[in-house]
Amino acid sequence: MTVDRDFERIYRGTLAIGSPVPRVDAFDKVTGRQIFAADYYSPDMLWAGVKRAGIPHGRVEYLHVERATSLAGVHAILTHEDVRGSNRQGVVRKDQPVLCNDKVRHCGDAVALVLAESKEVLRQALDLVGVGLEPLPAVFDAEQAMKEGAPLVHEDHEAGNILLEGHLKTGAGEDARDECDILIEACFKTPRQEHAYLETEVGWAQMGDDGRLTIVCSTQTPFRDRAEVAEALGLKYTDIRIIAPYPGGAFGGKDGVTVQSLLGLAALHSGGRPVKMWWGREESFVCGTKRHAATMYYTLGAKSDGSLHYLKVRLYLDTGPYDHLGGVVLALGLEHSGGPYRIPNVVLDGWCAYTNNPIGGAFRGFGVTQVTAAMEQMMDMLAEKLGMDPLNLRLRNAVKTGDRNFVGKTLVNSTGVTECLEVLAAHPLWKEKDAWKSSADTFKKRGVGIAALMHASGYGPFVPDFANAKIQLTEQGKVRVYCGVVDMGQGNASTNLQIVGSILGQDAAHIELVQPDTDRTLPSGSASASRCTYTFGNALIGAAGILKERILQRAADLLMAPDAKHFALVPGSVRHLRDGRELPLSLVAQYLNESERVAVYRFRVPVAGEVMPVGEDLRLHGFPHTLFSYGAHLAYVEVDELTGKVSVERYLAVSDCGTVINPQVYEQQIHGGIAQGVGFALSEEFQVKEGRVLTPGFSTYLIPTAADVPEMESIPVQLYEQTGPFGLKGVGEISTNGPLPAISNALFDALGAREGEYPLTPERVARVIGAGDWLNASGSMLRW
Amino acid sequence: MAQRVRIDAAVVRGSIPWTETKEPSLEILRVVEPNSDAVREAMEIAFFLNGTPVKLDVAPDRRVVDLLREDLGLTGTKEACGTGDCGACTILVDNESRLSCLMLAAQLDGRTVATIEGLSQGESLHVIQEAFIECGAVQCGFCTPGMVASSVDLLHRIPSPTRQEIRDGFSGNLCRCTGYQKIVDAVELAVRKLQEDR
Repeated sequence: MTVDRDFERIYRGTLAIGSPVPRVDAFDKVTGRQIFAADYYSPDMLWAGVKRAGIPHGRVEYLHVERATSLAGVHAILTHEDVRGSNRQGVVRKDQPVLCNDKVRHCGDAVALVLAESKEVLRQALDLVGVGLEPLPAVFDAEQAMKEGAPLVHEDHEAGNILLEGHLKTGAGEDARDECDILIEACFKTPRQEHAYLETEVGWAQMGDDGRLTIVCSTQTPFRDRAEVAEALGLKYTDIRIIAPYPGGAFGGKDGVTVQSLLGLAALHSGGRPVKMWWGREESFVCGTKRHAATMYYTLGAKSDGSLHYLKVRLYLDTGPYDHLGGVVLALGLEHSGGPYRIPNVVLDGWCAYTNNPIGGAFRGFGVTQVTAAMEQMMDMLAEKLGMDPLNLRLRNAVKTGDRNFVGKTLVNSTGVTECLEVLAAHPLWKEKDAWKSSADTFKKRGVGIAALMHASGYGPFVPDFANAKIQLTEQGKVRVYCGVVDMGQGNASTNLQIVGSILGQDAAHIELVQPDTDRTLPSGSASASRCTYTFGNALIGAAGILKERILQRAADLLMAPDAKHFALVPGSVRHLRDGRELPLSLVAQYLNESERVAVYRFRVPVAGEVMPVGEDLRLHGFPHTLFSYGAHLAYVEVDELTGKVSVERYLAVSDCGTVINPQVYEQQIHGGIAQGVGFALSEEFQVKEGRVLTPGFSTYLIPTAADVPEMESIPVQLYEQTGPFGLKGVGEISTNGPLPAISNALFDALGAREGEYPLTPERVARVIGAGDWLNASGSMLRW
Repeated sequence: MAQRVRIDAAVVRGSIPWTETKEPSLEILRVVEPNSDAVREAMEIAFFLNGTPVKLDVAPDRRVVDLLREDLGLTGTKEACGTGDCGACTILVDNESRLSCLMLAAQLDGRTVATIEGLSQGESLHVIQEAFIECGAVQCGFCTPGMVASSVDLLHRIPSPTRQEIRDGFSGNLCRCTGYQKIVDAVELAVRKLQEDR
């Protein structure tokens, strides 16, 4: 079950930092040889599947399994009574059952687990499982859920349906409102967004003869999964091994358990046979997590000279029936709700509420996508009232290193939002926008919009944000990198090789990779939070330095040379620089003990020095961060006045994510984030009616195709971040946050009207064209 | 119970199918058992798979994607929706792109079938595969086999496509990672490489 990969067959160049080294995983992926979790089959394998609730809220009265059990080919049917552990999962609050015991809280809840000899029998058996549910009154809106008398999703939760609330006041707070020369108010509603990774939730598991459980699954979090499965199923932590091959996309939707506990439970009851579970597309859409639907009330005030003076935000997130990471999403949303600006007086109030809708969870952008959509439109609305150029208004208020940002956190790391805006201002797409706009065809209108962005990386001040790198000099004289952080497509595995290769002077032929595996690699946190390469890369630099010193010292000993400084690592060898003698690394490896050939190094992310007046709960959930990436986006948009169809014609993303280690991988992240953001802005409407998903597949939930995504240009502003590996900051999420506000601002530029509810489907845009003015999220007209 | 068989890699990675001209020899390579207990007559089908003639006994309503992935071990072909919406399961049947999740095994009888495993020979890649690597058109990789197959089909139909034609050409293949731009770049590069070779 080795996953070592040989890099040399696809690449013979150097691994220098800054070089567009092709990805190590690309060869196996283009030839179909890459084995994903979905590709695990084995002889004698059972298929496992889940009976779902089908109603949004109900009491479990009975489970009738007899008819299904008697079906030929059914191996076992399991219920909550078969779960030996806590039967509860969750990243922060453990509130999600593996199999429901008392209540079901959304349509996708799991009530029974079926093991069958084939997929066909499994389908029949799932139909035959009888579930008796007594429907309960349900709640489908975050604000409604917080009202007195609303049906409770978790009776045992002290704060009722409020999972977490957060509050912050800075400066004079509300009193500053009256000091403003101009005030803008608006409400925005952003919808759920479905991750829509191509590989749906999937895994394979087996109990070994040694009593250890092995789970191979599509996950961002193998080490955390191990702890969750152990607790939920009552197993010993060290008796579980999680192997994480490259996932076929994740984007936050695999940040936490999906199939893992269910598969573990199945493997405990399969008589030692391997089991496989693979959610179908509809199951993935109904049962997987979504970007939180948000309702955002904004008031922004400024002085007549354009300096921001006052911000008030009320943020409501719908987390569905389970925490998942809802509280953390709220905290990050609040921390970004005022954008990359200095605002001296701020009042922030936010709530994350339980409902009986699909589960809200992590999704690339993580709360920041929602608030950026609101704040960056507020900035354009303010610019219009002030008669100021929207770019100049942003430049005037943009934070710089040494400033306090709008929550009062002093920025001590690189802060490049001004640089991004200046690059955008000098770009032909900005300078020539008026000519482009005026050349629209009949019945078409054109507009250009921008957005300024910030995105934190890492877990914040409380949860330890660390990585443990492990590097080995193999007996064959190759350098093997043990990746502790999953590469779900973002390319960090390749970047890891580039970092180690450049430090140890090795080329692709002499470097190998091991994918995350709780038995072989070391705990290094989740593949999330724009942290992967920043955190693991720093740990790798430490480990590579240790191994380098050991190799050089041993070489010096072997050649009886007085000083290791006179040696250099070259591909496959160590060279004595004075007399030119070389020792192959395979030889040096023979003279090192096994323990000497392995170097490990732990890196913990620096955290904010100040303690913000936000309460212990919000701090626990990650408030505040200290390291931010920045960006400035621009969209060229054309609207069809007859149909309301919006198309994005050109897109520019200028980003400050520190030094670029691999320009190709960097651009992949920017492009992919923009495409997801364009879908969020224009077409992806995850419709839920009374808890039921109305868009359960790709024919009703429209993610962008190649024909829907514009030509994109990505320009990195390479400010050196002193705490980053080779000056790098996180790039994984930031570009997702730009498209909605940039496109909506462009739409206003084209039409002189704005819509507060998204996505901007032709129907909504046609309504805006008809109304000719700003539509509030409620559909009522608001004039200012 | 499905009998899982694995065709030797050497057999699968035979010559590239659309250049295949030899007559089918119909030597039986493997026999696949009907895969469920449901009452179904097994049917004998014969076709070229990645340049190699194969003859199988198979339930006629077995989906092609299941036949390939589960019975023949060719897991390079992916399934991501099962309803013909995403293109991840795209294969080439008689040189045209087809969705293997919407095809039944019986429909393969007498055809020439190419999966992603048949597009490369050992370390030697199809020009489109090479271009995908060079241009960075691969991220998570789950859509990649289908994207490559659709791109091959596109270049059969339109040897020198414009960027818009390329975009339209694989607009039936969903990708959630790349934003498509580098895939368009890759197909353009493949076209240039093919023209240089001429």
